[in-house]
Amino acid sequence: MGRKLLTEHINVEGIQSFDVYRKHGGYASVEKALRTMTPEEVVEEVKASGLRGRGGAGFPTGMKWSFLAKPEGKPRYLVCNADESEPGTFKDRYLMEKLPHLLIEGMITSSYALGCRTSYIYIRGELLYVLRILEKAIAEAYANGFLGENILGSGYSLDLHVHPGGGAYICGEETALLESLEGKRGNPRNKPPFPAVWGIYGCPTVVNNVESIATVPWIVTNTGAEYAKFGVGRSAGTKLISAGGNINKPGVYEIELGVPVEEFIYSDEYCGGIWKGRDMKAVIAGGSSVPILPKELILKTAAGEDRLMTYESLSDGGFATGTMLGSGGFFVMDDHTCIVRHTWTLARFYHHESCGQCSPCREGTGWMEKVLHRIEYGHGHMHDIDLLVSVAKQIEGNTICPLGDAAAWPVAAAVRHFREEFEWHVKHPQAATAPGAVFNKAESVLA
Amino acid sequence: MDQTVEKKEVQFSEGAMAEIRRYISHYPEGRQKSAILPILHIAQAEFGGWVSPEVMDKVAEILNILPIEVYEVATFYTMFNLKPVGKHVLEVCRTGPCMLRGSDQLIEHLENRLGCRVGETSADGNFTLKTVECLASCGTGPMLQVREKFYENLDPASADQMLEELKASTVRKPWEENY
Repeated sequence: MGRKLLTEHINVEGIQSFDVYRKHGGYASVEKALRTMTPEEVVEEVKASGLRGRGGAGFPTGMKWSFLAKPEGKPRYLVCNADESEPGTFKDRYLMEKLPHLLIEGMITSSYALGCRTSYIYIRGELLYVLRILEKAIAEAYANGFLGENILGSGYSLDLHVHPGGGAYICGEETALLESLEGKRGNPRNKPPFPAVWGIYGCPTVVNNVESIATVPWIVTNTGAEYAKFGVGRSAGTKLISAGGNINKPGVYEIELGVPVEEFIYSDEYCGGIWKGRDMKAVIAGGSSVPILPKELILKTAAGEDRLMTYESLSDGGFATGTMLGSGGFFVMDDHTCIVRHTWTLARFYHHESCGQCSPCREGTGWMEKVLHRIEYGHGHMHDIDLLVSVAKQIEGNTICPLGDAAAWPVAAAVRHFREEFEWHVKHPQAATAPGAVFNKAESVLA
Repeated sequence: MDQTVEKKEVQFSEGAMAEIRRYISHYPEGRQKSAILPILHIAQAEFGGWVSPEVMDKVAEILNILPIEVYEVATFYTMFNLKPVGKHVLEVCRTGPCMLRGSDQLIEHLENRLGCRVGETSADGNFTLKTVECLASCGTGPMLQVREKFYENLDPASADQMLEELKASTVRKPWEENY
């Protein structure tokens, strides 16, 4: 059993309450930081830890913090990105629901490091029940002197608020999130200027994912050097993985980075193997935006090495034969899964969630959805398959924000690795549209 | 067009107004527009699960902004219903990870049970059936959301039981007692 840094106490009875959380060492990082460290020292610890942003991009958190502009006379803000909406990802919801005080502790310690007097947690609107859990915990933190004026007599003051979104995947993109927090439509901004200079209300702002902020307390309490001892190389520490799809034990697992993918899928400690005694067909390893990989490429790299749960190992081979760790939204498809239908649901998702600002994304996502729909429902043509690749290519890199790439990659990867299955749909529309019909490689050779 | 059409007077309850004031206090002075999404959620809970143009106008008045600033936001975010809905809105997740665990079958089952298609309201007015995109509940699919509650790991039997319970339930607002 790997070491748990974030979720060690997650199943303790009553851990949602301030008193129980405190009894298990909670808020130690706030005491340590405010009483014995300067804000700069806290930033240095986070830098030394090697923590990389856990929202999906994997950018080093400490470095992001050090970019924050500090002009005279302007407030600075920390905004927690709790807009978890990437299909396949549900770890932030789990963490906030079960351990609300861990996020609040992380927000206080991080806000101190960044010199913020007001901070926000932007939570997706669908999670209003989690917002109520967080608001209750925040009220407890105020009542116990960990929020508000002059925290622990240190002279440092902080207000923390939770802000609900309204149902828009795009608001997980940090500049769209800031627009939304200002009460506008969630249209991503052109960069530069980056939020570190021009964020919420035109003030310097850091936006960090829930899991990243929830990792800060452990780093500050135990030092960055200790944190860096976990994991493998540049993939330091532990990571929450949301495991879903056709497995025996779906759920959120905190793993030490470096666990072999095969062990993660088949060991009883984690996913517990494929459900219903079936075989595995494919995996999406880091949320719906990352390339799908067939069984053979998710277990081993093209060079034949064991694939590990790290940023580097999962991306080994580039997009030709690799994928990404992304947000850790790990979902497994069994051999009864229709890849065309699954890809169609993802294309429909991105079309639904495109903000409509950039034409390649607004038009391209709808186009891909329509083409996939006709292939899935038996009206596709052979040239549609290359059309999908061509549309994906024309979206990629041509939009203000990464949603365009996120929409293009899963479609391009599905065609790259499962072209035969798309062709089978076109060649055998009647067979492909029969209820429950799924492409079978061995049978298709005979057909 | 007759410009003198009488507008329905929209009045938030005292409980809802207290919540609205609390949210407005979270943002710097002059940045009250930030409270627009929290207030639209409050408005939707207050006025039967949807926001009418009159309600949006009232929100604009409270925030001292133009009505168009509320319209453009309410029409962008998918959680706000812009037309009347049934007593309960069933929002079924249909995205890939839930599809792998049987959301297609759940949607079909609900359509049969309710006698209406996705996007419609059942004849008895109890349920509006909607499909939505990923609700961050991929490990517990198929699932759906009703207001603030998630119903997870649904199969035909548990879905039917949920429908019965909802039918018999009273809809409460978050700021009311016994919520």
